[in-house]
Amino acid sequence: MSLTQDDVKKIAHLARLSINENDIPAYEKELSNILGLVEQMSAVDTTGVVPMAHPLDMAQRLREDVVSETDHREQYQDIAPSVEDGLYLVPQVIE
Amino acid sequence: MHNKTLSELSDALKAGEFSSSELTRSYLDRIASLDPQVNAYISVAEQSAMAAAKAADKLIAAGKASPLTGIPLAQKDIFCTEGVKTSCGSKMLDNFISPYNATVIENFNAAGAVMLGKTNMDEFAMGSSNETSFYGAVKNPWDINKVPGGSSGGSAAVVAAQLAPAATGTDTGGSIRQPASLCGITGLKPTYGRVSRYGMIAFASSLDQAGPMTRTAEDAAMMLNCMAGFDERDSTSVQRDVPDYTATLSDSLEGLKIGLPKEYFDEGLDAQVGQAVEAAIREYENLGAIVKEISLPNTHLAVPTYYVVAPAECSSNLSRFDGVRFGYRCEDPVDLEDLYKRSRGEGFGAEVKRRIMIGAYALSAGYYDAYYLKAQQLRRLISDDFSRAFEEVDVIMGPTAPGPAFGIGEKSDDPITMYLSDIYTIAANLAGLPGMSVPAGFVNDMPVGLQIIGNYFDESRLLNIAHRYQQVTDWHMRVPDQFK
Repeated sequence: MSLTQDDVKKIAHLARLSINENDIPAYEKELSNILGLVEQMSAVDTTGVVPMAHPLDMAQRLREDVVSETDHREQYQDIAPSVEDGLYLVPQVIE
Repeated sequence: MHNKTLSELSDALKAGEFSSSELTRSYLDRIASLDPQVNAYISVAEQSAMAAAKAADKLIAAGKASPLTGIPLAQKDIFCTEGVKTSCGSKMLDNFISPYNATVIENFNAAGAVMLGKTNMDEFAMGSSNETSFYGAVKNPWDINKVPGGSSGGSAAVVAAQLAPAATGTDTGGSIRQPASLCGITGLKPTYGRVSRYGMIAFASSLDQAGPMTRTAEDAAMMLNCMAGFDERDSTSVQRDVPDYTATLSDSLEGLKIGLPKEYFDEGLDAQVGQAVEAAIREYENLGAIVKEISLPNTHLAVPTYYVVAPAECSSNLSRFDGVRFGYRCEDPVDLEDLYKRSRGEGFGAEVKRRIMIGAYALSAGYYDAYYLKAQQLRRLISDDFSRAFEEVDVIMGPTAPGPAFGIGEKSDDPITMYLSDIYTIAANLAGLPGMSVPAGFVNDMPVGLQIIGNYFDESRLLNIAHRYQQVTDWHMRVPDQFK
C-alpha cells in the first residue's frame, strides 16, 4: 500500500494535524512503509473469525444511575488556555 | 541506603534504622547529583516528597505502617498527579497540572508511599527507545551512549541507576518489559484490567496496562499488592480478588511446565541473547521445571496487527488534545480549525503524528474492514495460539527483546526497524496476558532479559517463578559502576 502526497494531506486534515509542507515527502515514505508492514495481514484468511475487541471478552459493566461525581468546574477551568464567565473560549465559529 | 531492596527498606524503616525523611532526602540528593547523566526524571517533587516522608514517619512511629509506608518511589509521567506536572513526555502537556490523581497514585498515597518525581518516557508512550520524549532521550545507565528502551525508559533507568528503589511503568506493546530487559531490572505487565487505568493517560485503551518496575521479583510483588484491584472508575477494570503476591514467592517449581515457542528463537534473535535465555532455562530445569517446545504460529502477525490496533485507538484517544480545555494552544489561531490543527501540529512530535495519521487512515470511511476489523480478527488468532499453548504448559518463556540496548540515534530514523524491537512483547498485549522480564545475563556488557508469559491472572505464579530464579542468580543485583 503506497500513499501519495495528496493522501498524506487528506489524512492530516482528517486527524486535524497541521504538517509542514517540507515534511510531506518524509510522511509519504514513512506512512507507506508502515502500511506495507501492516499489509502482511491481508495474506491471512480470516473468514468466520470473530473480531476480538477486548482481551477478556467482557461486557461493559453498568452502574446505578446515581450522581457519583462532584463539581470540579473551577479546577478544570483553571488549567484551560482561555476561559471567560465559566466558558471555554475559541475563535468565533458563527458569523 | 540506596543499595537496599523495597523489602529491606521497609524492614529498616520499621526497625528505626533511618527515617523516611532521611531516606527520601538521600534519594533526592542522589537524583540531583546523578540524574543529569541519564535524564530519567522529568519532574522532581522535592517539597511534596519531603512532606509525604514526614507524614510517613508519623505513621511508622504510631505503628500504623503498611509495607510501602515511607518508601520513596518514582512514577512514570503518564499517571496524573495532582499538583505535580503530568507531561506524558509531550510538549502538548508541558503546562498540564492535573486536577486529580490517577487511581494508582491514590493507592500509593493511601499506603503512605512517597513520590520522588515523574519519570521520562517516550511521548504519549509511543516508542521503544525513549528518544521521542519532548524532554530529550533517556540514557541507559549501563552505557550512556545507548538507549534504555521504551516507552517506560525513565522508570527503567531510575531503578537501574538506583535513583529510586522502584518505579511504575505502563505497557501497551512491551513498554515495561523491553526497557526492563535493556536496563537489567525486573518488570511486570499484569493481565489487562488488573490495574486501574483511571488517570493513566490513554494510548491504546484495549492494550494499556500499568505495572511495577523494580530490582527484584519480591519488590514487584510488594508494588503489585498496592497497584492491583477493582476500580469502578475504569470501565474495563476486573472485579476479582487480589491475592497477596508476596505469599507464594517461594513455592516450589518442581514439575512446572515451561513452553518455549520456536518462533521466539528464530533468525530475528541475537545469537548471544538466545544463549543467555537458554542458560536461564537450564537454571529452571535445575529447579525442577520441565521444558517443552511449543508453537505460536501467528507470532509473525503480532507486529502488523499491533500497528493497526494501537494507532487506531491512539488516533481516537488523542483527539481530546485540541487546544481548548487544557494543554498546549497555538498562538493567534485565525479560526477554530486553525486552532485545532496548529495546536496539535505544534504540540505533538513526529512519532505521535505518524501514529495518529496511520490510525486516522485505518479508521477512515471505506478502510475500517480492511484494517481495524481485520486486525481484531488476527488478534483473535494470536490469542487462540496462547490458549492452545496453555493447555500444554504452565508458562511460556523466551527472550524479552531481540537484542541488547542499541545506540542512541541508531534506529530513530527508521520507524519499522524500531517497531521490531517489540516483536516478542506485543503478542501478550494483544491477548491481554501477563508478562514479565527478568534480568538473565549480559551480552557485550549490556543486560538482557528473560521473558515469562503467564495465563490470565497468573501474576502470582510469574512472580514466584521469577523469585526462585533470583534466589539462584544475581543478575538482578548488578549495578553499573558509576551508580553504585
